[in-house]
Amino acid sequence: MSQVTWIKGSRVIDPKSERDEISDIFISNGKIIDRPTRETLAKADTIDATGLVASPGLVDLHVHFRVPGETHKETIFSGTRSAAAGGFTSVVCMPNTSPPADTAGTIQYIKDAVDRESIVHVFPTACITVGSEGKRLAPTGSLRDAGAIAISDGGKCLQNSGLMRRAVEYANMFNMPVIDHCEDYSLSANGVMNEGLVSTKLGLRGSPTEAEDIMVSRDVLMSAKTGAHIHIQHVSSKNAIYIIRRAKSRGVNISAEATPHHMCFSEDEVSEFNTNFKMNPPLRSEEDRLAILEGLEDGTIDCIASGHAPHTDYEKDVEFDYAPDGVIGLETALSATLNQLYHSKRLDLPRTLSLLTYQPAQIFNLNKGTLEIGADADVTLFDPECEWTPQSNSFQSKSSNSPWINRTLKGKVIQTFVSGKLVFDKGNILSS
Amino acid sequence: MPWFRKDLISTEELSPEEIQTVFKTTAAFKKILNRKTAKTPSLRGKTVVNLFFENSTRTRVAFEMAATKLSADVMSLDMKTSSTSKGETLRDTVENIHALAADMIVIRHSAPGSAAYISKVLDIPVLNAGDGAHEHPTQALLDCYTLQEKFGSLKGLKIAILGDILYSRVARSNLWAMIKLGAEVTLVGPATLVPREFEQFGATVSHDLKSALADKDAVMLLRIQHERQNASAFPSITEYTRMFGLNKTRLSWLKENAVIMHPGPINRGVEIDSELADSPQSVILEQVTNGLATRMACLYLCSGGKAEALTGSQ
Repeated sequence: MSQVTWIKGSRVIDPKSERDEISDIFISNGKIIDRPTRETLAKADTIDATGLVASPGLVDLHVHFRVPGETHKETIFSGTRSAAAGGFTSVVCMPNTSPPADTAGTIQYIKDAVDRESIVHVFPTACITVGSEGKRLAPTGSLRDAGAIAISDGGKCLQNSGLMRRAVEYANMFNMPVIDHCEDYSLSANGVMNEGLVSTKLGLRGSPTEAEDIMVSRDVLMSAKTGAHIHIQHVSSKNAIYIIRRAKSRGVNISAEATPHHMCFSEDEVSEFNTNFKMNPPLRSEEDRLAILEGLEDGTIDCIASGHAPHTDYEKDVEFDYAPDGVIGLETALSATLNQLYHSKRLDLPRTLSLLTYQPAQIFNLNKGTLEIGADADVTLFDPECEWTPQSNSFQSKSSNSPWINRTLKGKVIQTFVSGKLVFDKGNILSS
Repeated sequence: MPWFRKDLISTEELSPEEIQTVFKTTAAFKKILNRKTAKTPSLRGKTVVNLFFENSTRTRVAFEMAATKLSADVMSLDMKTSSTSKGETLRDTVENIHALAADMIVIRHSAPGSAAYISKVLDIPVLNAGDGAHEHPTQALLDCYTLQEKFGSLKGLKIAILGDILYSRVARSNLWAMIKLGAEVTLVGPATLVPREFEQFGATVSHDLKSALADKDAVMLLRIQHERQNASAFPSITEYTRMFGLNKTRLSWLKENAVIMHPGPINRGVEIDSELADSPQSVILEQVTNGLATRMACLYLCSGGKAEALTGSQ
């Protein structure tokens, strides 16, 4: 037997197998193995993880790595290091690159960059429509063959419902999930924040929750009609959650994610025009925020996704109206989730972690997110009680557009293993 | 109460006492403006730069005139045709102007929050001359000053603001200031332009002109802002005039001695009958005159001048 890594004495939590015990994890050849013989253990590399939690490596269904075309914001190199630092070992990257990932060649380009630069598992997605312009379908089958695991129009929403129907019917033939950013543009009307009290006060153009709700309803109907799997990104509105809850109770094949920023913050944060609180969908009302937490508690929302959207400081350092949407989130997602769900006593630790591991993996049929024997040895060790305060220079990401700067979080990633290899160790990326 | 602010960004952040300090200073400057040599040396040697990223006549001229009367050097830059069209960021633009030894900046910009933003970038005084639909504090201060002159105080005064509230920085700045000074404010206009949310901030919201104007001491009319509307919020200008335009009949619904205000520019025959704009009840031109003294007061106070010093010197 080749060299064994022995992670000793942590609280091992594997939501998939409902394992939760103070125990050991054994790794060999990049896989989780059963307890080996005494002789093998005597020669094992041991890691004392007493007091830490060992979780399956975290899975993020929604990141923007900006490759190709916007490498001043992020690259596969920096993005995957950001993932590792945040405990994420598998990430799904969105196709709103430059050019958009709407051809097999672009998917291959991304995969080549991943082969060269990545330190975590990266799963690319491809466009629904050519150029994400919402006019004609991209070659879904060829994109699947090139390695795309799902289709999405990135930060855009396909407005033409007739075309959306064809897209989900066609993609369903290949078992390709369709990912949607739900926004009716005639209602959002270039809004830069949530329509409500704060937008009324500040005179900023508001985007009402109905812009989201109507497209979520549309997707529910399309999924019900065709049987196709539609995944709703970054649910932010109370009514949208209600619509998804009802659809699920009727067995509609729909899944949903929520982001840490929509869980943690409300529209009130925009009062100082801080562009690190500008994203799309926007931060909503406190009522909507609480509905997201309830949706995560009762299972209406299937998983947490960071929506990691890097932008440089000079792009964000402009008038609120002109700042690009989005914030980074890979390195704060676990901490923020622990704060909102576990430390707040809404969910226990296994259920909290399932939203970041097995449940997202299952949505896109990724063979990830578990510590079962034979699984890829993707393991995240974290200290749930350790407090830290992110600064703009804290991040492995190329960008630092984080809303958590100067806000204390409880819970910190200590070590990250990808396929048995230690890639992040106590604040440092280990370069190979 | 002394004034400690470097910047004037909003009326929302001002205390009632600070507003009265502005009024006191405005009154002092108004007296100076009535002298034969209507000029003071208060800002001699200082350079005031007006950065106008949006169209303006009244406000820009009033600020230029105010700075001139205070003996400052003043220049106004039309930013629509300037470096921003070459892709320069607002931060870089204002840092460059600062590096050219500007002492104070007056800014008008279409983006809400832009004045607050540059006030954090620069350590020199920044005066907001209108940031999108957010605030236009000097306009509200001159409006409230005009009302205080007319009525002695705003306490208990009943005021209707009529028109396009949603896209109006003037409405917002006036609402905050008027409420702080004890007035009762009713916002009135079409449902698409007067969001109910304003009730949460202490205003009464109405879409019925007759009941909204009943017993009001003053009505402030706002221009319909075509340039800020994403989609048409009402069927047509003609319909707006029929439903919400101020005419003689509707004027009679107000108190007998009620005043008509308008921040300008007025669209005669749209939001107001032409003859009413020129009627004895109209204080529209007094507003403009008070605007000069108000801007002098704001420039003076933000540059570190003391209200007491001014009244003492008379």
